[in-house]
Amino acid sequence: MSFLTVSKVHHTYFSSKTATEALQDINLTIEKGEFVSFIGPSGCGKTTLLSILAGLFQPTAGEVLIEEQDVFTNADLSIGYMLQQDYLFPWKNIEENVTLGLKLLNKNQEESSKVASNLLKDVGLPPVEKKYPRELSGGMRQRVALARTLAVDPKILLLDEPFSALDYQSKLKLEDLVHKLMKEYGKTAVLVTHDIGEAIAMSDRIFLFSARPGRLHQTFVVPEEVRRLTPFEARANPSYSSLFQTIWKELESLEHQQTS
Amino acid sequence: MNINKLHEEFKANLRKEQRWVRFYQLLILVSFFVLWEVASALRWIDQLIFSSPSKIIQLFVEKIADYSLFYHSSYTLFETVLGFLLGTLVGTILAAILWWSPFLSKVLDPYLVVLNSMPKVALGPILIVALGPGMSSIITMGALISVIISTIVIYTAFRTVDSNYLKVLQTFNASRFQMFKEAILPASFPTIISTLKVNVGLAWVGVIVGEFLVSSQGLGYLIIYGFQVFNFNLVLMSLLVIAIFATIMYQLVELLEKKLIKSE
Repeated sequence: MSFLTVSKVHHTYFSSKTATEALQDINLTIEKGEFVSFIGPSGCGKTTLLSILAGLFQPTAGEVLIEEQDVFTNADLSIGYMLQQDYLFPWKNIEENVTLGLKLLNKNQEESSKVASNLLKDVGLPPVEKKYPRELSGGMRQRVALARTLAVDPKILLLDEPFSALDYQSKLKLEDLVHKLMKEYGKTAVLVTHDIGEAIAMSDRIFLFSARPGRLHQTFVVPEEVRRLTPFEARANPSYSSLFQTIWKELESLEHQQTS
Repeated sequence: MNINKLHEEFKANLRKEQRWVRFYQLLILVSFFVLWEVASALRWIDQLIFSSPSKIIQLFVEKIADYSLFYHSSYTLFETVLGFLLGTLVGTILAAILWWSPFLSKVLDPYLVVLNSMPKVALGPILIVALGPGMSSIITMGALISVIISTIVIYTAFRTVDSNYLKVLQTFNASRFQMFKEAILPASFPTIISTLKVNVGLAWVGVIVGEFLVSSQGLGYLIIYGFQVFNFNLVLMSLLVIAIFATIMYQLVELLEKKLIKSE
């Protein structure tokens, strides 16, 4: 039995005027400790699928199981979710932001602040516990958001384009950091991205979705020699380029089908 | 180039400008009262109706000496502060209930619109009969006049909080109460403070009208009494006292605003 199983998931958004089919018959499995990416043209429902994995809402049909428990009905399953922007609470200082999840779980405050300072160190930040989010740069804030997500020790990390709002340099650094931490902590992670290069550099497997309605089009396995490298080094590997070309062509043909 | 020197110059310019602003503000105030006094003394305006600053001051000193001004203003001030706090507090609580239940808020929407557009002071006679001609009906009036608009404004602020903050909390399995406490309420503090500012003015309207109707004590009573015996010195003096208190209350709210924003 796989760590995470998505079986026969359909999802349709309803409004008073339209019913939009966002996902159609999605079936996939993810193993423990694996890092996978969802890529595809816009409108392929990858963010919808991520929200369903997070248990934020129930799919119209089908189910998502993590260690054989349904993610929607088991509220105590701990899932980490990182958004495009950091969404740190501006009225809380950094420590209060990082320990937010622990506070909601009624964890001991002293322990929580210890967890926070260790995590801030792990994500490569100087001691900024007492500062407020507005005093930090975008890259630092996203690191704090990562620490906040990791603080509750989630079973799985869902990353919704967390690097897309950053400048290129911060993005590369953060990719390396997330990649390293996931391997160290042995966490399972799902990354949604527009960036083919990022998907190849970080993942073990890549799921390519087609749009309207969102369907799983193809799965790519990243070659072993690229996986062993950090995302930054991976970009210089010859296998990286060839896989990039393959996925690029596949995406092009998908978009071509759509417009014709 | 000396940065420090330039900075000093810049600061000196700022101070200079501020001094001129203060000067003109004072100039307007002083010339207003001087012009009033002169116009009244030379009979350009009717002394009986428009009184004069010297007469008002004379009456003011008299009323302070016999403690009656202190007696009346303490009543009014107490009623206004209570009505103002009650109006904002109840408004915030009602807004929280509406946020809690989207269904209820849809049901109540037309009623809020009607209640908001209705002139609340028109309820005065009913309040006085229901609660008796005393302090409680005046305080209720002061609160009532601001409560519906506070509810509407604060509820709108609750609803416009970025849903991604709620998404973050939802992934931590937060309950609806925790979402309210951790995100909705703190994110809406600036709006609540600005409603407080509006409510300072509204509470004074409610309380003064209430005192007009009840007519037993307070600055509103002094105004209506002065009107009935045609003593406009008394009317204008009460008005000036109200202006001073209302300004002080507004300044206190601003001080609170600065404190809260600094801690953010």
